[in-house]
Amino acid sequence: MKILVAVKRVIDYNVQVRVKDDGTGVVTDNVKMSTNPPDDNAIEEAVKIKESGKAKEIVAVTVGEEKAQETVRKALAVGADRGIHVKIDGIIEPLAVSKILQKIVDKEKPDLVFMGKQAIDDDCNQTGQMLGALLNWPQATFASKIEVKENSLEVTREVDEGLETVEVNTPAIVTCDLRLNEPRYASLPNIMKAKKKPIEQINASDLGIDTNSRIEMIKVEEPPKRKAGIKVANVEELVQKLKNEAKVI
Amino acid sequence: MSALLIAEHNNKELKPFTLNAITAASQIDENLHVLVIGHNADEVAKSISQIPSVKKVIQVDNEIYEKYLAENFTSVVVKNAENYSHIICSANTFGKNLMPRIAALLDTSQISDIIKVISADTFLRPIYAGNAFATVKSTDKKKCITIRPTSFDAAATSGGSAEIVKADAAEASSNIKFVKREEIKSDRPELGTARVVISGGRGMQSGDNFKLITAVADKLNAAIGASRAAVDAGYITNDHQVGQTGKVVVPDLYIAVGISGAIQHLAGMKESKVIVAINKDGEAPIFSVADYGLEADLFEALPQFLEELNKLNTIQK
Repeated sequence: MKILVAVKRVIDYNVQVRVKDDGTGVVTDNVKMSTNPPDDNAIEEAVKIKESGKAKEIVAVTVGEEKAQETVRKALAVGADRGIHVKIDGIIEPLAVSKILQKIVDKEKPDLVFMGKQAIDDDCNQTGQMLGALLNWPQATFASKIEVKENSLEVTREVDEGLETVEVNTPAIVTCDLRLNEPRYASLPNIMKAKKKPIEQINASDLGIDTNSRIEMIKVEEPPKRKAGIKVANVEELVQKLKNEAKVI
Repeated sequence: MSALLIAEHNNKELKPFTLNAITAASQIDENLHVLVIGHNADEVAKSISQIPSVKKVIQVDNEIYEKYLAENFTSVVVKNAENYSHIICSANTFGKNLMPRIAALLDTSQISDIIKVISADTFLRPIYAGNAFATVKSTDKKKCITIRPTSFDAAATSGGSAEIVKADAAEASSNIKFVKREEIKSDRPELGTARVVISGGRGMQSGDNFKLITAVADKLNAAIGASRAAVDAGYITNDHQVGQTGKVVVPDLYIAVGISGAIQHLAGMKESKVIVAINKDGEAPIFSVADYGLEADLFEALPQFLEELNKLNTIQK
């Protein structure tokens, strides 16, 4: 079995994001970037499946500017076999990313495509499902447990009401929740080894896809600030404030 | 043109967040039609026809729709999408799972999780866990939109009399099979719609200690929430998680207990009207969004809190 894992480079989850003064976006200069957190879970799961002997090859793919390659390199350091970097600059919407991934799937013919359930930058939560529709593959989104069977996967999904289990025949798309596993750290020897693993570069413009933005970003602004609250001395004061000042109990 | 909203239901009842999505959808286009895809869901269709802002109900009944699989829903929505300018759904796990499939087949760049309708093509949505708000304009002919339900009021449920028309089913996918759904039943108010929410974090130290939270929740008729750390640690099930990748809540009162306040958690609760934080670490970021902060050991504060609540003559429900 062959697993394609899509990873995205985003502002690190620990960074306090700041809006640019001119309202065109958020500050990314000199800001720490990392792999989108649930994409790390996607890589980890693929590596675990390979270690169990049920997968032969893991290909990590990213779509983005030159530096997006770092996320593929990191995936190689934790166990992916080779990488693909589809080069494109600027903001690229999930619809265009899914069309690019569709081309990669056509070429690579994986049995499974894994990715995080949501990118923590644009919070869209779309790419996996869009790719599923374009390929007419079944999808198991928000996965917190995966069991590999003969020609299918049994996947536990986190839904609003609790947990749902579906069985998807391969080929299939899985989007991963943070609770799926505990991503490993790359060891230094593996980081060194990863430098020798191949990353194929493809220009998005060579794929014959319309990647133009369909959504115009009019402005980006700071959300309204909450006014500073107070510290109360004890529980009695808290209850009195809630009752008489805030009037919520 | 008109807008088409996809109803979320369990074949017996409409899910309450659909009412919030209906409010947003009718701000986008007053000529709002609702698509009810399900099996033996006549009661759901009837209840939607009584919502005054709904102009028409389209019902598709087939056993392939009983478990709401996105693969099967997608083809029937796309088949019915032709005469609509907007396809709309609420941005909970149902809509998040479904809408992108529809958008991809309609070749539309979806706009997820809107919190405000500025015009029929321009919307406000949070990005970066709510640390920035983006005003975005769709240039697609057909627009696929998901609605953050807590940002809109629920639509009135009676007084309307929309016609109900039947439509045919579309093809089903043979590549996915529903196995089971483990729904956690509770007599408490739902997390997403509760007036009061009390949440526990890593500071609770164990699942057993959540009984301190439960006791206060009983008293206040509150829903129980949790931080991701508490869910990851196995203190409580995933359906309680509040945050960027969990649920977004906007109660009148949110009480965060033993929660440090990572930005990912704040994303799910910082629009609450009144926020209380109880934490023994005075430097915890949660205090920066709290209206009332209590720096205290939660194992002492929660029993005292319950005791003080018991002294009150009346408590709003």
